[in-house]
Amino acid sequence: MKTIHVSTTINGDPAEFICTPDETLLDVLRNRLGLTGAKEGCGTGDCGACSVTVNGRLVCSCLVLGAEAQDADISTIEGMADGDTLHPLQRAFIEHAALQCGICTPGILVAAKALLEKNPDPTDEELRYWLAGNLCRCTGYDKIIRAVQAAAAEMRGA
Amino acid sequence: MQYVAAKTADEAVALLVGQSGMARVLAGGTDLLVQLKSGMVEPDLVVDIKRIPGMKDITAEAGGFRIGAAVSGAELGEHAGVCAMWPGVVEGFNLIGSTQVQGRATMAGNLCNASPAGDAVPSLVAADATARVHGPNGARDVAILGIPAGPGRTTLAKGEIITSIFLPARPARASDAYLRFIPRTEMDIAVASAGVSLVLAADGTVESARVALGAVAPTVLLAEEAAKAITGTRLEEDALARMAAACAAICKPIDDKRGTVEFRTKTAGVLAKRAARIAYDRAGAKK
Amino acid sequence: MALDAYQKREFKQVGTRPNRPDGVDKVTGRAMYGADATAPGMLHAKILRSPHAHARIVSIDTSAAEALAGVKAIVTAADFGVPEDDFLRDVQDHCMARGKVLYDGHAVAAVAATTIAAAKAALKLIKVEYETLPHVTDVDAAMKPGAPVVQAGRAYENVPAGMSENVTHHCEFGHGDLDAGFAKADRVVERHFKTAATHQGYIEPNACLASVTSDGKAELWVCTQGQYFYRTLCAALLGMEASQLRVTASEIGGGFGGKTMIYMEPVALALSKKAGRPVKLVLTRDEVFRATGPTVSSSMDVKIGMTKDGRITAAQARLCYSGGAFPNTTVDMGAQAAFAAYDLDAVQTLGWNVMTNRPKESAYRAPGAPLSIYAVESVVDELCQHFGLDPLAVRLLNAADKGTKSSYGPTFDQIGLKATLEAAQAHPHYTAPLGPNQGRGLSCGFWFNFGGNTCVSLNVNTDGTVGVTEGNPDIGGSRASISLMAAEELGIPYEKIRTIVADTSSLGYNDVTDGSRVTFAVGLATIKAARDAIRKMCSRAAKIWGIDEEAVEWVDGAAVPAGPNAGKFPPMTLAEIAAVSAETGGPIAGHYEVNADGAGVSFGVHLCDIEVDPETGATKVLRYTVFQDAGKAVHPSYVEGQMQGGAVQGIGWALNEEYIYGTDGRLQNAGFLDYRIPVASDLPMIDTVILEIPNPGHPYGVRGVGETGIVPPLAAIANAVSRAVGVRMTELPMSPPKLLKALEAKG
Repeated sequence: MKTIHVSTTINGDPAEFICTPDETLLDVLRNRLGLTGAKEGCGTGDCGACSVTVNGRLVCSCLVLGAEAQDADISTIEGMADGDTLHPLQRAFIEHAALQCGICTPGILVAAKALLEKNPDPTDEELRYWLAGNLCRCTGYDKIIRAVQAAAAEMRGA
Repeated sequence: MQYVAAKTADEAVALLVGQSGMARVLAGGTDLLVQLKSGMVEPDLVVDIKRIPGMKDITAEAGGFRIGAAVSGAELGEHAGVCAMWPGVVEGFNLIGSTQVQGRATMAGNLCNASPAGDAVPSLVAADATARVHGPNGARDVAILGIPAGPGRTTLAKGEIITSIFLPARPARASDAYLRFIPRTEMDIAVASAGVSLVLAADGTVESARVALGAVAPTVLLAEEAAKAITGTRLEEDALARMAAACAAICKPIDDKRGTVEFRTKTAGVLAKRAARIAYDRAGAKK
Repeated sequence: MALDAYQKREFKQVGTRPNRPDGVDKVTGRAMYGADATAPGMLHAKILRSPHAHARIVSIDTSAAEALAGVKAIVTAADFGVPEDDFLRDVQDHCMARGKVLYDGHAVAAVAATTIAAAKAALKLIKVEYETLPHVTDVDAAMKPGAPVVQAGRAYENVPAGMSENVTHHCEFGHGDLDAGFAKADRVVERHFKTAATHQGYIEPNACLASVTSDGKAELWVCTQGQYFYRTLCAALLGMEASQLRVTASEIGGGFGGKTMIYMEPVALALSKKAGRPVKLVLTRDEVFRATGPTVSSSMDVKIGMTKDGRITAAQARLCYSGGAFPNTTVDMGAQAAFAAYDLDAVQTLGWNVMTNRPKESAYRAPGAPLSIYAVESVVDELCQHFGLDPLAVRLLNAADKGTKSSYGPTFDQIGLKATLEAAQAHPHYTAPLGPNQGRGLSCGFWFNFGGNTCVSLNVNTDGTVGVTEGNPDIGGSRASISLMAAEELGIPYEKIRTIVADTSSLGYNDVTDGSRVTFAVGLATIKAARDAIRKMCSRAAKIWGIDEEAVEWVDGAAVPAGPNAGKFPPMTLAEIAAVSAETGGPIAGHYEVNADGAGVSFGVHLCDIEVDPETGATKVLRYTVFQDAGKAVHPSYVEGQMQGGAVQGIGWALNEEYIYGTDGRLQNAGFLDYRIPVASDLPMIDTVILEIPNPGHPYGVRGVGETGIVPPLAAIANAVSRAVGVRMTELPMSPPKLLKALEAKG
């Protein structure tokens, strides 16, 4: 299969890669660019572990072709902290024990950040529906909801 | 597999016509990529239509709205005009998949995937929307009900693509609603669903109604008897009961892992009743 | 009193909630899981799986696949030996079918190639000729005479004669005179229950990276709950010495018991050996559902007699569990756990294991117990409803306590059941008002807990920090709780401790992370290793001071002269002793090795409120509270996390999760779309109340908390549904079509 050359922006930095036409953005991030923070839990858009944003939209990177990333602006979990400084959501997840195994955590953080940018003061219900596509099997979601709300409150106050 | 991002609708049509093997159109990709992953389809060509001018546009037209074939659920949900005029269409479309899926999924894609359970379709049928189809012989407008041919099949000919969906103008005191049944609260395929569009008369009775049912037959059903049952009424209990019975009467569902014939048939009527009430309240609340 | 027995103390750090040591890695995407590793020259592997539920493999032709460009190795069962040991042979046959495929998704061949695409293409070129055989996937059908036989000649000696060959195992527990007991009852209720198989549903698919070199050494990077057990099994199947195979546990993306067993690791090793290159093998979600994990499915009968004032007079359960296509004994645990919450004069549980054409069962959080306890707690509740008795009061009246001869034999030591029930009774949730179509249910839960083989090293660094080396993958924050216990015992700040999980070459054998054993057993070994290090530090201080080492005590992180020498020298802190260790005898380390006993059983009680939509049969969980005895909650946040996570898994099991088989014996819902684990919007907050009834067998009183939480939700929800809408759901899951049908039948 003939490869395609793609120029894009990832976490604010220009990035170039080649991929086959059937390779997903998730495959490209993980296997070609070494960005393994996005996880493949299902490969069919049912678990959200591969969440990234493309041009500001929250998507499952397993449901995007690498070729579609041409000229796009992509953000992944690797770009969430500002250098050494964790994003308030990242800090809240640690402080509220909102992760157990941690495999869903990158996807949930990316998804929660996208929500708070759109809606800085979500209700629990809005938050639960927004995150319904991010499966977590460890926590029962309780501490995740609390952590996001704590981070949201902190961000509103800041 | 070859990937091409077409720059015009004509280029997309020409590419599709020129492909002797299997070709697939890529808009949101939320069905296509799942099929690729599972090996269910192995296309020779994928034509991405998102870079065609106008495909991501929502434009006011003849009192209604034209929605580009690549407009995502998230984008439509943020459009105040469409949300106010056709809330049932938006809520149906917005029920598909997760927030992540909404970032990509399109109504045209949901229509062309031709699942009997597609959440965008019943409301579009109830809305009497039309799809603009581009093909080798130019453009034509097709009623939504005319697109699906059966599970996974459409009436589109080789080389034809949907470029936009048109939602017509609404009179005052009109609205719509969509409900589906799923075992969880999110992330499931509809076991049964109902879209209801109502226009109310000045006295608060239903002047006209369109009722569409999903996941209870090989394609979405337009439930004309159900609509008749509530026309001229104020959705009194007996009218709603007649409506539910009329819905049940036309259901031809299957038993599968997602639901039984019995369950789907019963639920479709329940959902139609509830959706009618919501549409009625929405229409009545309008000035 | 044994040295490791519980001693009451004032804790300074245990019981606080510090940040977990692996937190930053896990919120920044840096943590390395099974699929995240690469190796130079790495190949990618894919497995060809059976499309049939049951078939004889007539032939496998791999020649065309071998000829494909990029293909470096193909293995089938022919590349493995035939282990004599039944257990090992079953494990291997599960990894790679030999002669017959026993379930849809059973592996028949595997390919390693330079790209995933080439490996996938090669799978299509492997020609397998099958002769299909009649299959059976239902537990009751499989027990009938004349049912298709999954494997012949596998019944253990304890199976009564005259049963289908699929019945491989029988067990019996209990005591007392059943007939006399039932005769004393004012009412006897007997009900039949059936439950579908469920999957652990861990979000990280099984993944490994194997590298076998020509000198016979091998490395295996794998997401596992037990690197040592994986080493034991893989070494045996590959014919290697344990020392030559180093297994490193990656960060693990969930396991819940499902990653206590190998599924494809020996296949990756065999491919690597054959290809002479590292091989990465990552399962797809479809493969995870079809070929790993699931629980038993069950068919159960429970009979309980009760007097009108709520005393249980006799109880009996007959449990038939199917653990898939291989013999297993999970039913033993279901049978032992069934009536554990009750103090009974007459009780009997009988169990049978039945083979079916389904994947081999793996442990899932309290394996076997949720099912039998669902059945028992449902019948107890029905009796309470009949007599109009308060269900908590009845449970308190019959509750097992210290000194109770348990239904499975042992006599209980100090247990927390009554305290847990009383906490539930006193909680505002129990008396909160309910609306129409709403109901409140409750259920007790139980798990045995386990200790097991454990080995910990604790190294005192010269800068005054401490490294703890343990051998159990951290599946939910255990590095934090181990660090806390080390900090507590040593008397130094939590931040000075770094706990790591060792590979199999760096530490002695540790049992799998299972049985809720880690905080208990590794914690115990860590405390003992710290005490070992403390003894050595006291000795170093004594040497420096020139006094007898018995005359030195360890107080608040420092050696202090005691007895006749008290006050003669200023205390020497850990850091001060460590800094001069080179002059006093060299590095300081503490060690402890144990096959830990005394895990201490765990009880819990769940309260839940639900609402049923009577027109659709949908059940919504409105409020949920978990009461559980943790012995001592070392890091309360992660204890709560276990309680919440377990409860939600149980809620999923109760309402929607199930393996759905077609008449062709194939699994129809091998994905997260149709295998419906709970999503965030399905749930309320899960409130928790931690009880602390010290476990006499642990220095800090710790009990395992990981498993009990999954047990009560099944009956708690069934009981709530019954109280909300008057139908008793005796089949799981209580999915909307089933509930609506029951509602219509009731009229």
